Amino acid sequence: MPGPPTGYSPDLERVEIELLLEGVYRQYGFDFRSYAYASIRRRLWKRVEAEGLRNLSELQARVLHDTDTMERLLLDLSVNVTAMFRDPLFYVSFREKVIPLLRTYPFIRVWHAGCSTGEEVYSMAILLEESGLYDRARIYATDINDVVLQQARRGIFPLERMQEYTENYIKAGGSRSFSECYTAKYDGALFDQRLVRNVVFAQHNLVTDRSFSEFNVIFCRNVLIYFDKNLQNQVHSLFYDSLVRFGILCLGSKESLKFSKYDACYERLDTSEKIYRKVR
Amino acid sequence: MKRSTGRSDDAAAARVAYEIIVVGTSWGGLAALRAIVGALPPEFDIPMVVVQHRHRDSDALLARFLQDHTRLRVCEVEDKQTVEPGRVFIAPANYHLLVERGYFSLSTEAPVRYSRPSIDVAMTSAAVAYGFHAVGVVLTGANEDGAAGLRHIAANGGLAVVQEPESAEVDTMPRAALEAVPTARVFALERLADFLGSLPSAHAPARRPG
Repeated sequence: MPGPPTGYSPDLERVEIELLLEGVYRQYGFDFRSYAYASIRRRLWKRVEAEGLRNLSELQARVLHDTDTMERLLLDLSVNVTAMFRDPLFYVSFREKVIPLLRTYPFIRVWHAGCSTGEEVYSMAILLEESGLYDRARIYATDINDVVLQQARRGIFPLERMQEYTENYIKAGGSRSFSECYTAKYDGALFDQRLVRNVVFAQHNLVTDRSFSEFNVIFCRNVLIYFDKNLQNQVHSLFYDSLVRFGILCLGSKESLKFSKYDACYERLDTSEKIYRKVR
Repeated sequence: MKRSTGRSDDAAAARVAYEIIVVGTSWGGLAALRAIVGALPPEFDIPMVVVQHRHRDSDALLARFLQDHTRLRVCEVEDKQTVEPGRVFIAPANYHLLVERGYFSLSTEAPVRYSRPSIDVAMTSAAVAYGFHAVGVVLTGANEDGAAGLRHIAANGGLAVVQEPESAEVDTMPRAALEAVPTARVFALERLADFLGSLPSAHAPARRPG
């Protein structure tokens, strides 16, 4: 497992990490200074090892002087593991609790914040298509990282994961044949490009960029877990301002508004899944 | 002054107040956890974190199961939840659990050694956040997760504890942990709860240092 050699001082390590993140921010404008410490620490050490370096100070020097290293580090720090219909029961609940509310709108704007390589954007598009709502919906899928957005646009996902995704799709209440959504090509599954006809992929940084529209649904699952408490509150403020009255906020199954300042502004629509409605 | 190894004779242990215990297990863990959590005294107040390998679709069943055997409050961890005394915190399935100073973070980063939650990840983060106030306990299991994490806990001055391999349902995990930390304290399953219950807690007002 990547990490410091035995006996490395945690205090020194913290100094090095703070200096490195400060340097990255001032040199490149990417602000990771308020990311959750334990996780960013792991990722930085992984990069130290991958670059064949000995410690975090050496990584700082290389990142500041070499933009290629910075790009690799950016991928480490921003890419999160995702899957189609991740947490299938969330989609069951979304179908039951949210879709009926969305039917009352003539036009539906969805912001998928932190969409990574796009698996869950395609999942949402499939769900909206099956509900007959997709033609009046627009999904704004954003991520801090342009490389993953390009992947998301291409819509090619690893073929070896299709069995898992098919199982997820069925557990998520899917009513069709999942294999009709993609074409197997070489070792990839190319998803039907009609699924992204109403998706706008765009770069957006949750830490430094502002709201860019008003939405009926904000979908941000397992993204805020990488932020510390203060930054989470800052992003919740952004989401609150970006939601219409009675707009829907979807968080990951193990995320909660309970530990934020915005708990009182929303009501839970589901007892198990983290689907909230803005009420004040 | 920080202690430099995981060894802690009882005199040294008495001088350190512990703030967190991370327990890791996989195969055979359910019975072992029931034995330990079920035997902890109700006034036990060092926050205990349980990392048990299980299927990614598992729900909160483990928390409910353990709750049936203890008066301590058992819960599945949510992101940014506060570390509180007198509670047993279960790492949710399909997430890594990371310990920060005073609260928990979750992560969906790739599995480590095929495991998510990973015992190594949880223990290492506890070692970084809590130093010599952290305790790591490795129980029965059929892989080597936990060994690297326990080494970090020991290296940062914390207390390393391993279930006696002969008393483990599967001894691979405790043996690997002992190889990584030969100075770890070793106890048979039925003595582990007593030992953990005897550890000085940073949360007990009467024993608070300074």
